Amino acid sequence: MRSVDWTTIIIYLLLLAAGWLSVCGASYEYGQPDFFSFNSRAGKQLVWINLSLVLGFVILKLDEKIYDWLAYIFYAFMMLVLFVTPFMSDGIKGSYSWIKLGSVSIQPAEFAKFVTALALAKFISRPSFTMRNARDAIISTSLILLPMLLIIMQRETGSALVYSAFFLMLYREGMSGFILFSGIISVVYFVIGIRFAEVMMPDGATPVGEYAVLLLIAAITAFFLNIYQKKKWPVFTVLGINIGGAALMTAWSTYVSPFDVSHGLYIVAGLTTLFLIWLWLKERIGSIFYISLFTLGSVLFLYSADYAFERILEPHQKVRINVVLGLEDDPSGAGYNVNQSKIAIGSGGFAGKGFLAGTQTKLKYVPEQDTDFIFCTIGEEQGFLGSVAVLILFTILILRLIYLSERQRSRFARVYGYSVLSIFFFHLFINIGMVLGLTPVIGIPLPFFSYGGSSLWGFSILLFIFLRLDASR
Amino acid sequence: MKRNYRLEKRKYVIAISLIIVVAIYIARLFMLQIVSDDYKKYADSNAFLHRTQYPSRGVIYDRDGRLMVYNQTAYDVTFVPTEAKGVDTLNLCRSLGITREFFNKRMKEISNRRLNPGYSPYTNQTFMTQLSAEECGMFQEKLFEFPGFHVQRRTIRQYMQPTSAHILGDIGEVSPRDIKKDPYYVQGDYIGKVGVEASYEEELRGQKGEEILLRDARGRLKGRYKGGKYDIPSTPGHNLTLGIDMRLQMLAERLLQNKVGSVVAIEPSTGEILCMVSAPTFDPRMMVGRQRGSKHIQLARDPLKPLLNRSIMGVYPPGSTFKPTQALIFLQEGIINKATPYPCSRGFIHAGLRVGCHGHPAPLPIIPALATSCNSFFCWGLYHMIGARRKYGSVQNAMSTWRDYMVSMGYGYKLGVDLPGEKRGMIPNAEYYDKAYRGSWNGLTIISISIGQGEVTATPLQIANLGATIANRGWYITPHIVKEIEGGQIKPIYSQKKHTMVDKANYEIVAEGMRQAVVGGTCRRAEIAGLDLCGKTGTAQNRGRDHSAFMGFGPKDNPKIAVAVYVENGGWGATYGVPIGKLIMEKYLTGELSPESQALAKEIQNRKINYGIYKR
Repeated sequence: MRSVDWTTIIIYLLLLAAGWLSVCGASYEYGQPDFFSFNSRAGKQLVWINLSLVLGFVILKLDEKIYDWLAYIFYAFMMLVLFVTPFMSDGIKGSYSWIKLGSVSIQPAEFAKFVTALALAKFISRPSFTMRNARDAIISTSLILLPMLLIIMQRETGSALVYSAFFLMLYREGMSGFILFSGIISVVYFVIGIRFAEVMMPDGATPVGEYAVLLLIAAITAFFLNIYQKKKWPVFTVLGINIGGAALMTAWSTYVSPFDVSHGLYIVAGLTTLFLIWLWLKERIGSIFYISLFTLGSVLFLYSADYAFERILEPHQKVRINVVLGLEDDPSGAGYNVNQSKIAIGSGGFAGKGFLAGTQTKLKYVPEQDTDFIFCTIGEEQGFLGSVAVLILFTILILRLIYLSERQRSRFARVYGYSVLSIFFFHLFINIGMVLGLTPVIGIPLPFFSYGGSSLWGFSILLFIFLRLDASR
Repeated sequence: MKRNYRLEKRKYVIAISLIIVVAIYIARLFMLQIVSDDYKKYADSNAFLHRTQYPSRGVIYDRDGRLMVYNQTAYDVTFVPTEAKGVDTLNLCRSLGITREFFNKRMKEISNRRLNPGYSPYTNQTFMTQLSAEECGMFQEKLFEFPGFHVQRRTIRQYMQPTSAHILGDIGEVSPRDIKKDPYYVQGDYIGKVGVEASYEEELRGQKGEEILLRDARGRLKGRYKGGKYDIPSTPGHNLTLGIDMRLQMLAERLLQNKVGSVVAIEPSTGEILCMVSAPTFDPRMMVGRQRGSKHIQLARDPLKPLLNRSIMGVYPPGSTFKPTQALIFLQEGIINKATPYPCSRGFIHAGLRVGCHGHPAPLPIIPALATSCNSFFCWGLYHMIGARRKYGSVQNAMSTWRDYMVSMGYGYKLGVDLPGEKRGMIPNAEYYDKAYRGSWNGLTIISISIGQGEVTATPLQIANLGATIANRGWYITPHIVKEIEGGQIKPIYSQKKHTMVDKANYEIVAEGMRQAVVGGTCRRAEIAGLDLCGKTGTAQNRGRDHSAFMGFGPKDNPKIAVAVYVENGGWGATYGVPIGKLIMEKYLTGELSPESQALAKEIQNRKINYGIYKR
């Protein structure tokens, strides 16, 4: 036990304590301060916390080898559980992700995270593994996509999106930064494209969103060309045909006869791709081929994004995205949650209103205030100081996990460690982002804070397995 | 494991992107929590319900402590439609004593947005208003059976007796103008509209308090904020004691039944108004509650104008009740002395002008002139005064002197009674006549003002105030209705003596003249042995039948009451003015009416003046 990283455990305990106090604050009803009774949410959470401490202790006592041995078995078993969950669930609030075991409901998706992390760690730690190998890349990606798919079938798109955090780990393990960049830039395309889809250019026929994204694609293409090959003229050619084409068509559309310039820009983008392929054949520089793929991919992505938005996303997710993007402004409707959450946090001021003294969270203005929106309680009762303290605590935890992962001698432990910190990072990014009105409202918990046994145990197991691995590095 | 240093550098990319995200979030928190103030305001209006605590309005007593106006608790039944699901309608109707049909009708009315523009299924809707405690008692006991229904307490004004509507006034909902004028009021508050309720609004209303309640996102109340630590209790309004004698008031109202006119009585030593009645009047209880609007319209349309408080809003020719003022001016200015006789040959006849008079011995000095109400005497007096060029230099100066005396006696301007709407009456000055007669006028031109006709007009209050001034022998205190404000102070002007420009000795002469009028002059019918009443009749000429007026006080020495009576189209002063004035003074001075007086009161009460034949 001496080799266990006590720094992490202390941060973990601090987060648990702060989390429990937040649940007390968020679930507190006036005149009923029974935080220790099992009838109250705070009392129940205290039981979950104690059980997770026991769980953590047990994990630290177990032999670290079992995780390596059982990784695939766990994975197979958990995928089966995820698969059957929707059939055993009673569909509370339109979600089919809970199964009842006696008097408690558990959410298998929370436990699938560490299982998936273990399976990935085991697969990636094979000596022959390399991200350059297509078979390895496809299998590791599939290990991530399978639970995602199963969880989407449970109508828990938010929980499913968490699994995309594993790509951050894959990036550390050698996945091309280009892919990560493409993933992120796709989100940017998507957001800009949707956000300004209804806004028209002065000609009245061209949507600003598509127009801007197409020009952005051209700019990024030119930027890459500038980096990956030495000649200047191809850069100017790409910029020339795109900017020149856009300018000509915009002028024509504005002053002569209005038409949708973005259609024309799609053609220009196609011409750009053809130019790049010709250049690649001529110059024989591999990067140019990838750049042309990027350009083509971007254009195809943009073209299909609207389709995806309209057809694939659930209606409530579409609305939530619209609200976050500022497209829907209805404080009592879909934007209500985010608006009330901002009011609660904003009303906290510098030092907050004090423990149990918040009015916004106490009076149930903020929905799901002790689960997904628990950060509101911290913001309102502990103010700027408390909120920043919590953010910094999480930052220290994740940075500490990066440090610990990097010092591992086994690749298994490092991959697992990066999986853990990537998941924490993703939860932190999305959960606090949505509470602050910066990211879409995707219902995922804040680790160690949000009320609920499943997520608390899930995160604790995730963390303690890594600490166990670290202890015997 | 072999290390891949190129890939190891990626830890920095991950760490830096984490730090960037956290930095952005901290910046965002900084914006929300420290820079912007809006969210705090939103939060307050979100969570706090500031509920006004209405103070109880001050009650009103008469001078002997008899309750006149009080607050009655009434109950409104309200409900929130969305919360009132699954209520047993039959049980509800039985508890409230209403029929099923009425229930259905009300429900339909409430949810009809045309009839009820403020309808929202989430807010309190008024189901029934102003139920008495008995009507609502059973319902309140069973309230728990009717989720979403509430009983709201409110107070309404109620009156002990159907009397004194004009002076008490009433309350009504504030108008947008009231709200603009005084930010104390909000929509739906009540404010005194007329009478004492209006002029003592600030004393009566008290101070509103505030209760701070917490409410959740659905508007449900969650208790008091910090256990009521920041609540402000309401301060009840001050109770008022009026100078009014309610019994006198009711007697005067009785006597003026079926007549149009006014009775005003003042306690000379204090200026307190003992009685102020304007006829026709109405029952103040009519103006309570929801029917106020329709009743008000009904009264406003009445051609006899029952809403008009004639005691202070009616401007009448004072007629012969004006003569004592003239006697006082002439004596003070030395135009006459106590013994100066003026002739009267059944009138004032001079330079082709004739002002008629009635039969009495002549020539006569001031005291019998007052007693017999000789027109000629006062015409001569004024004629000599205005014509005294050596004394005044010009008619204008003489007129100005005359006017100054009149103003010092409370005529020509508002007296400043504590009721809204007082009129000032009319005392002409030299400029007025210069304009009217293009500078060419003299004592003869304006001779009729000496007998209270012509241009001069006065309110019954001003006439009564003259009685008080003579009773005090030369001073008065501004007449006022409110005698005492519990826990407050009446305005200083209501305790300051105002002296006229005439000496006490001259007042003694006039008082003697008025006493003689009762002993053996025009007011003979007012004589009551031992009370030493003084009086002056008035018969004011008018386009229709003459107005009957009376001004008097008593007892002559150490007077306790001064009174003015004015009965429109009542004929001779002696016909209505004298008996009514006598009855009022008798009632006040002796406490009860003698049997003869009771018979007289009954007779007066039953006399009816038909106003239909006079042009109004």
